[in-house]
Amino acid sequence: MIRFENISWRSPSFTIEGVNLDVPTGCYGILMGPTGCGKTTLAEILCGLRSPSTGRVFCGGIEISGLPPGRRGIGYVPQDGALFPTMSVQENLAFALRLQGLPKSERAKAVAPLAGQLGIAHLLQRMPEHLSGGERQRVALGRALAARPAALVLDEPLSALDETTRDALILLLQRLQKDLRLTVLHITHHKHEAASLAQRLFRFENGRLSESPLPQ
Amino acid sequence: MKFPGVSKFWLLLALTTGAYALFLLAMLAAAATYSSPSDLLKALHSREIQHSIQLSLLTCSITAALSLLIAVPAGFLLARSHFPGKLWLEAVLDIPIVLPPMVIGLCLLIFFQTAAGRLIEKAVPLTYTVSGVVLAQLVIGAAFAIRTMRGTFDHISARPENVAMTLGASRARAVWLVTLPSARRGMFAAASVAWARSLGEFGPILVFAGATRMKTEVLPTTVWLELSVGNLEAAVAVSLLMVAFAMLVLVAVRKAGERV
Repeated sequence: MIRFENISWRSPSFTIEGVNLDVPTGCYGILMGPTGCGKTTLAEILCGLRSPSTGRVFCGGIEISGLPPGRRGIGYVPQDGALFPTMSVQENLAFALRLQGLPKSERAKAVAPLAGQLGIAHLLQRMPEHLSGGERQRVALGRALAARPAALVLDEPLSALDETTRDALILLLQRLQKDLRLTVLHITHHKHEAASLAQRLFRFENGRLSESPLPQ
Repeated sequence: MKFPGVSKFWLLLALTTGAYALFLLAMLAAAATYSSPSDLLKALHSREIQHSIQLSLLTCSITAALSLLIAVPAGFLLARSHFPGKLWLEAVLDIPIVLPPMVIGLCLLIFFQTAAGRLIEKAVPLTYTVSGVVLAQLVIGAAFAIRTMRGTFDHISARPENVAMTLGASRARAVWLVTLPSARRGMFAAASVAWARSLGEFGPILVFAGATRMKTEVLPTTVWLELSVGNLEAAVAVSLLMVAFAMLVLVAVRKAGERV
């Protein structure tokens, strides 16, 4: 479960006022809103990369407001994937396991099934600069999943992709969510993405958030 | 005259750059006419000049490494954080770039006459010593290295670092594992800028570390000492040697930097 409770944030360019949001466990939540309205700020507040002016955040029923980003159990996939440019695909995927102190040989074994599931097993030795947009997003998704997070935050992960690649990744996200029973908060401004993936739909405008009926 | 496929715009840029580069080369060529290969060989065989070359290479390399130790954290702080008084801190860090080098030497000399300075001198003697040469070079070299590192970190996205933190890394570990490897070219450039600046540093070294032969004499000091006794040929020979060293190091560092 992901929960925002009365979250507020002020910056010179926009204001977020008393945001409340609930994404139940195993549910795919979509957050829509115009560019620059503060969607990414909300994602960063949940991940612990920004502190809100007021309010609390919860994940899996536990308050995580005071925890450092690495102890919140949130997997984060930013818009551009933000892969580690000096590490191979395999090293990117195994980064969380490396931090956990797993030996190199075991890390390689551990990420192999995940790479297969994401369709990137043939890319493991490549560097990020030699990947296409869709491949980069698959790797970023795999890197977040390798840490076995309680919830996933995807910040416009498909916005820079062409239609065919986007459709393929939508299918992948649907499959992964079903297989792994993931709790996801997916930020987008694409109606097609929202219609294909949303189990709960939230709209964020003028610093206020409301739940909308699912598109037919 | 027309160059097919080359617009007037690019031609103008090439002419400006070419004219400036040509002027630099003409200046060096004119200086070279005051020396000969035999003068150069004679200079290279001189015990004092050999010592001066060794000391220059040693102190410049130490200064480059120390500059990097200061420039990496300072550059990261300036690029990634906002705090009250940041503008003033940036201005303070730029002081060595705008101040006349001789004034920096004077300030160093006066500082080490104060109570705090004397206390430091008790632990590490600096005035008129080789360590003093390094400190005089460092004050200026580090300022240039900080500028380079700040520019480097400004161009590196903070997002991968943030993702690393969500995966379990502390801020320091995220910087160490993710950001610093991405900044390695900038670090190479910062070290080479500090090295090159240090090779040409003269004013602060003369005032703070002195110009004692076989002790604190570095290559720019040698040029000045030879000029002061009217030995123009030796002064020019050493100057050309410095140009060759600087060119060699800068080209080698750039080549290595491309591979890093």
